[in-house]
Amino acid sequence: MRSIRYLPLLLVLGACEQTQRDVELFPADQPPALLSEWGVLAARDDQLVLQKDVIPYELNTPLFSDYALKLRTVWMPDGAAASYRAEQEFDFPVGTIISKTFHYRKAADWRAANASVVHASQDDAETGVPPLNLDDQMLLETRLLVRYAEGWQAFPYVWNAEQTDATLEIAGDFRQLTLQKDDASLQVNYVVPDVNQCSGCHTPDHSAGDLRPLGPRAWQLNREYSWWQDADSQLTHWAATGLLQDMAVPPETAPDSLQDRARAYLDANCAHCHNPAGAADTSALNLNIDAPLDRKFGICKTPVAVGRGSGDLTYDIYPGKPVESIMVFRMQHTDPAIAMPELGRGLVHAEGVALVSEWIATLAGEC
Amino acid sequence: MIKKRQNLRILPCLLLVACAEEAPPPMDEAQLAYQKQLQEQLIRAQPGEVITVPAGVHPINRGLSLNVSGVTLRGEGMDKSVLSFKGQLQGAEGLLVNASDFTIEDLAIEDTAGDGLKINEGKNIIIRRVRTEWTNGPDEKNGAYGIYPVQVENLLLEESVAIGASDAGLYVGQSQNVVVRYNRAERNVAGIEIENTFSADVYGNVATENTGGILVFNMPDLPQPGHSTRVFQNEVTTNNTDNFGAAGTPVASIPAGSGIVINSNDRVEIFDNDIAYNHTANIIISSYFATGYQGTREMAADYDPYPETIYVYGNRFSGGGSSPDGLDLKALKVAMFGVSGSFPDVLWDGYANPDNLDAAGNLAADHAICIDNGDAEVLNVDLPNGSDNIVVGAAQHRCQHDKLPAVVLAAPLH
Repeated sequence: MRSIRYLPLLLVLGACEQTQRDVELFPADQPPALLSEWGVLAARDDQLVLQKDVIPYELNTPLFSDYALKLRTVWMPDGAAASYRAEQEFDFPVGTIISKTFHYRKAADWRAANASVVHASQDDAETGVPPLNLDDQMLLETRLLVRYAEGWQAFPYVWNAEQTDATLEIAGDFRQLTLQKDDASLQVNYVVPDVNQCSGCHTPDHSAGDLRPLGPRAWQLNREYSWWQDADSQLTHWAATGLLQDMAVPPETAPDSLQDRARAYLDANCAHCHNPAGAADTSALNLNIDAPLDRKFGICKTPVAVGRGSGDLTYDIYPGKPVESIMVFRMQHTDPAIAMPELGRGLVHAEGVALVSEWIATLAGEC
Repeated sequence: MIKKRQNLRILPCLLLVACAEEAPPPMDEAQLAYQKQLQEQLIRAQPGEVITVPAGVHPINRGLSLNVSGVTLRGEGMDKSVLSFKGQLQGAEGLLVNASDFTIEDLAIEDTAGDGLKINEGKNIIIRRVRTEWTNGPDEKNGAYGIYPVQVENLLLEESVAIGASDAGLYVGQSQNVVVRYNRAERNVAGIEIENTFSADVYGNVATENTGGILVFNMPDLPQPGHSTRVFQNEVTTNNTDNFGAAGTPVASIPAGSGIVINSNDRVEIFDNDIAYNHTANIIISSYFATGYQGTREMAADYDPYPETIYVYGNRFSGGGSSPDGLDLKALKVAMFGVSGSFPDVLWDGYANPDNLDAAGNLAADHAICIDNGDAEVLNVDLPNGSDNIVVGAAQHRCQHDKLPAVVLAAPLH
């Protein structure tokens, strides 16, 4: 059964003669210093390739990360499968390794003196199908989430200048980038999160305090992906190849209406903290994709401990008035005292601001 | 050019990004190494571990955090061991703690972009001789909170100093069983703020030169309402700094010259304090309606916007109310008390829950605002009726409530 999913990989790899090595699981307290030791990803012959049984996937509504591209993969031990859950992320088996590699398309003069020059990407699905061509792509970091019996652990790896391997950096890192976006050049201090910052987002239940994957949920994965070489949903393929068990009827399709897209965006970018059990439940703002559209969603909600994040405005979402909405104000800033989300971006996501603004503009009513 | 569907407001933001990051603060190898070392110590910490911060000024440019319970972070003195976040590039606070059984003592956190020290959810927290300061003094660009424990239980915050916060210097939110004592808060918008917290004792503190000295607030929609706070033996003087908080924040409604402010909170006892020379009023008792945030939408059903069961006694007042902030209050003061006169020591907005009135239309005894403090008088500014019937009174507030019990910190915080 499982062998079906090797087919497209072999087709893509084509003439590549290299054999794939097996993934290796390391104990939670003994992560290897080099990413390659896990045997999930390898950089060789100017390509970033997936190792044996490593499956890439895409999301409908990814988190914004300074216009980076992201290659996402999952690996599960032989014979193990994730259990379908309608509301939450899937329940992955012990031994699962999820990886996310952040990369940018190189600009012509990409090796500048002080900062790498790269292109902004509007849609991280532009990552496309692995392997990644390292003549075109600059690798920044690969984050691993590994499922142990005690729970998930996060390991941030930073790619070296030679682009041959990545090194574990539990305290994170900075990279100076010049980002070419349309006709503009943006300077960004790209931040690789430290291990604690990983859990800053990946702990959607702040009281429980356990790390969890955020992306692999039914509504996020329910899309076609050219790696599978047909128009079926990734979920269909995951179920057919034994990666996913107990699948119910998956949610309809990708978010489509303006409101659906805005709410999906707010869920993906905000709800890991802004949910009723999240780190930001102190603010009483709940941006879960299924939360009611009421004051706790921000509609006519006054802030609590916002500081100058208020932007001299009174309401988080002022129906019909994006310019008078604190939510939009905070999305438009990069000052750490103002910016939302607090982690994971050093730039304004102009397209995200536009989406949320357009949606707020359609809302009716007075505060 | 930027893509067509973006609105124009985005443009200045992008420019602002470029400007803000033109001159990243210089950090040499050794400084970067210390930052990395400290964050690694925090990540790798084991329960029971003591992490020390040596004397010296340590530049830090990204937010630090601790997720392990049972850790102590200790410096060599709040004027010796300094974590300086000037030019911080990343992180909404200087140090974020998501852990229990945490002690932090004898160090300073300076010039963070956002909050100084935030502790989000935890039990048995000790904050002792910690200074948070924005070294440029009051400025609207300063971070919001100095020391900011939220959703904690069993908290001792003592002998600490908070200076220059653009919201509250010492802020305890959504917490329970709290002692805040022997601290000093100066030149913040709010000196000390207790919000949506129950069972809190605030005593022996000095709050001076803030916009408002000590605040006891309740905000709507939060997981828990606050009540039962005692504020006693504090020195709350000359809190007359212009409000430099951003509009839209709860403290932005605080007039400069506010000594102790109760907003929408219940069972608050204020006694044995020295409260002096706060130019708007030494004590303000107000409802959520006075903040101007109510809007036209219905308030959360479970929210009580009225301050009730307030007991003020045995305080030593002097010199308050002589020069209130805001044109309305200034005009009112001159009209009622003359150019050289002063407001009484206690200002009340006049909002009372219609469900809790007695036959005479006053708050029933259980809910009363009791000011039993010598000859201290109460100015009822009658906001519910558009200030049609502003009165100075004392007699109807001359009452007593049962005293609140002292907060007893649970083991291991005795």
